[in-house]
Amino acid sequence: MGPVTAGVLQALALIGALAIVHVPLGNHMARVYSSSRHLRVEKWLYKGIGVDPDAEMLWTAYLRGVLAFSFAGVLFLYLLQRVQGILPGALGFDPVEPAQAFNTAASFVANTNWQSYHGEQTMGHVVQTAGLAVQNFVSAAVGMAVAVALVRGFARARTGELGNFWSDLVRGVTRVLVPLAVVGALVLVACGVIQNFSGIHEVGQFTGGSQQWNGGAVASQEVIKELGTNGGGYFNANSAHPFENPTPFTNLLEIFLILMIPVSLTRTFGLMVGSVRQGYAILATMATIWVGFVALMMWTEFAHHEGALRIAGGAMEGKELRFGIGGSSIFAVTTTLTSTGAVDSSHSSYTGFGGGIAMLGMMLGEIAPGGVGSGLYGMLIMAIVAVFIAGLMVGRTPEYLGKKIGPREIKLAAVYILITPTLVLVFTSLALALPTPPDSMLNPGAHGFSEVLYAFTSAANNNGSAFAGLNADTGWFNTATGLVMLLGRFLPMVLVLALAGSLAAQQPVPATAGTLRTETPVFTGLLVGAIAIIVGLTYFPALALGPLAEGLA
Amino acid sequence: MNNSVSNTARLLGAGLRALLGLTVVTGVLYPLAVTGVAQTLFHDKANGSQVEADGRVVGSSLIGQSYNLPMQSGQETPQPDLKWFQGRPANGLGENTLNTQYRLILSGATNLAADNPELVEQVRAAQAAVIEDNSVPGHTVERSDIPADAVTSSGSGLDPDISPSYAELQVPRVARNNGLPVDRVEELVDEHTEGRTLGFVGEPRVNVLELNVALEGLTTKS
Repeated sequence: MGPVTAGVLQALALIGALAIVHVPLGNHMARVYSSSRHLRVEKWLYKGIGVDPDAEMLWTAYLRGVLAFSFAGVLFLYLLQRVQGILPGALGFDPVEPAQAFNTAASFVANTNWQSYHGEQTMGHVVQTAGLAVQNFVSAAVGMAVAVALVRGFARARTGELGNFWSDLVRGVTRVLVPLAVVGALVLVACGVIQNFSGIHEVGQFTGGSQQWNGGAVASQEVIKELGTNGGGYFNANSAHPFENPTPFTNLLEIFLILMIPVSLTRTFGLMVGSVRQGYAILATMATIWVGFVALMMWTEFAHHEGALRIAGGAMEGKELRFGIGGSSIFAVTTTLTSTGAVDSSHSSYTGFGGGIAMLGMMLGEIAPGGVGSGLYGMLIMAIVAVFIAGLMVGRTPEYLGKKIGPREIKLAAVYILITPTLVLVFTSLALALPTPPDSMLNPGAHGFSEVLYAFTSAANNNGSAFAGLNADTGWFNTATGLVMLLGRFLPMVLVLALAGSLAAQQPVPATAGTLRTETPVFTGLLVGAIAIIVGLTYFPALALGPLAEGLA
Repeated sequence: MNNSVSNTARLLGAGLRALLGLTVVTGVLYPLAVTGVAQTLFHDKANGSQVEADGRVVGSSLIGQSYNLPMQSGQETPQPDLKWFQGRPANGLGENTLNTQYRLILSGATNLAADNPELVEQVRAAQAAVIEDNSVPGHTVERSDIPADAVTSSGSGLDPDISPSYAELQVPRVARNNGLPVDRVEELVDEHTEGRTLGFVGEPRVNVLELNVALEGLTTKS
């Protein structure tokens, strides 16, 4: 069997596994967010927080909960890093510098996990496990909560009520993320991912002398890093590091973990709005894009017709042998089409087109299948825009899932779509216009521009992967990407919740013969087209200056 | 006004308490529980899959290392010890710059673009070195024989594996430097070649440390 066939079979195996798992997991999550029972540990948590988990919230109250919780998260994580020197298990590491600590706190709370630091020489045990890994759980749970609130907006009528944020947050952690993480972490350890608190220690070498290794709670962090589409590596090399991703099987498993919740949420959505087929239409859209991107990425990486890669005889620069080009390509596409940003290979050393595909995946807004929660709400916004475009063509007031898409709804959706491109393009231009930021580029020419474009695309879309040659640990980049990550995460959430509130207040309109059917393949086609047009028009000029120029050179 | 300030304070208090409660669950109980089970059930793997030879730890089967000759005084770059199988280049590996009480290995890739002249230079230099090191009397290595993994750095800089064809390419040299028959070394490489998991996951590979440990066993026996 050749490497291309093996790569294709790995992609098919993933599709098969997800097809099986998304049904029970999707059903489970629908029950979790609809149930009126509380587990004992949840009751303790509600008591500690001092809230009534059964009190319904209007969108404004829900939003205030999201923002208060996330603000507390940024503050706590910032302080934890700043006092690292006096924490137990700090391994003698110094406190993190203010600009970098802000960047990292913003990054992990915003579910981005952009890292301007080297994990193995910066973060001690406590900051990793009680700071960074905690945000991996809770930032994912916040994303799921906001998505569920939007789904409730579609499902409910003549009420402004969207559920209870605290209850959605806590349940996402206790009933979805923690159980899956425990199982996943143990499987990873069984395959060789380390899980200890042995700190930094010497290990002998074959030819004499010794190496110094970091120990750490890697498996427990690795699993939630993928499952919560976070992406922040314990080590600098992220999921390319053998202690994070030791075998070809763990590579496939980690890709599966990334996709599992976002894919299953489409079923949860279908169940909650009363039509599983509506969920399938959304899932089909996501799957079409994912398969297309995987095919393109494998094509360009296996063809490797550029510069050093052609001379070497294969695009293996920055790729681990055990994953090969196939496994690395699937990982790269998956991590950039979700908001993960974990990497098992160096995206910067991909072919010009390959790097462009990774960037385009993020530019789509990470909706195929996207981050946990954020992928679903991002795709539902696109669906609203698609029915609006279809409505314009036939001259009818557009509706989606029985709700009218009026001026208020379409304005919220349109602003949502404009936020990230604005952040990306304004900050990229700013970085290039200012005198010092360009000094951070590692590579010359078009690739250097791509490094900066990639950085802000990654930050604004809360991805976190990088063309890692860029030296992002400067005061300017730490501050700018930190702000972009926070704005790119929370401004869209404001709009999503406002939209949810206005949908929930509506009286549903009955479907008639003239209603656009949104559970059909035709709608899936329309949706893919709408996404391609919107993203293509927005980013084409920037892509032409970077990856396209490099790939065609 | 006072009312909204106190409301905001109350809300932030709730956010902070929620964070602390969830930190106890996901940042304390969860990692400790996973560590406990992992250390009990998978002790060796949870601690880094260390490999022992002659009762001495010689590294991890998961972490690549260099097989170099001891540095001579005045020498800047170490020379590979051609007795042993060599791993992939690791030009992206770094050293720690903070907390210099340690000599930590910083994992990483070169991040050089395909069209970067520096990478072109690295690849050409690596090819020249592979040809020079592995050509033995009666057997000259051609550039077209060299697989890509032999001349490119991995994503982590710690790749423990090489491709079977890179191992094959090194066989005549290793056999000669150890005074072993080529057939015997070839056999050793075959024994240490791992195929794709389930026939389709990943790529076929040879673990360099395990291969060298076995090779050492062979040379000390004979």
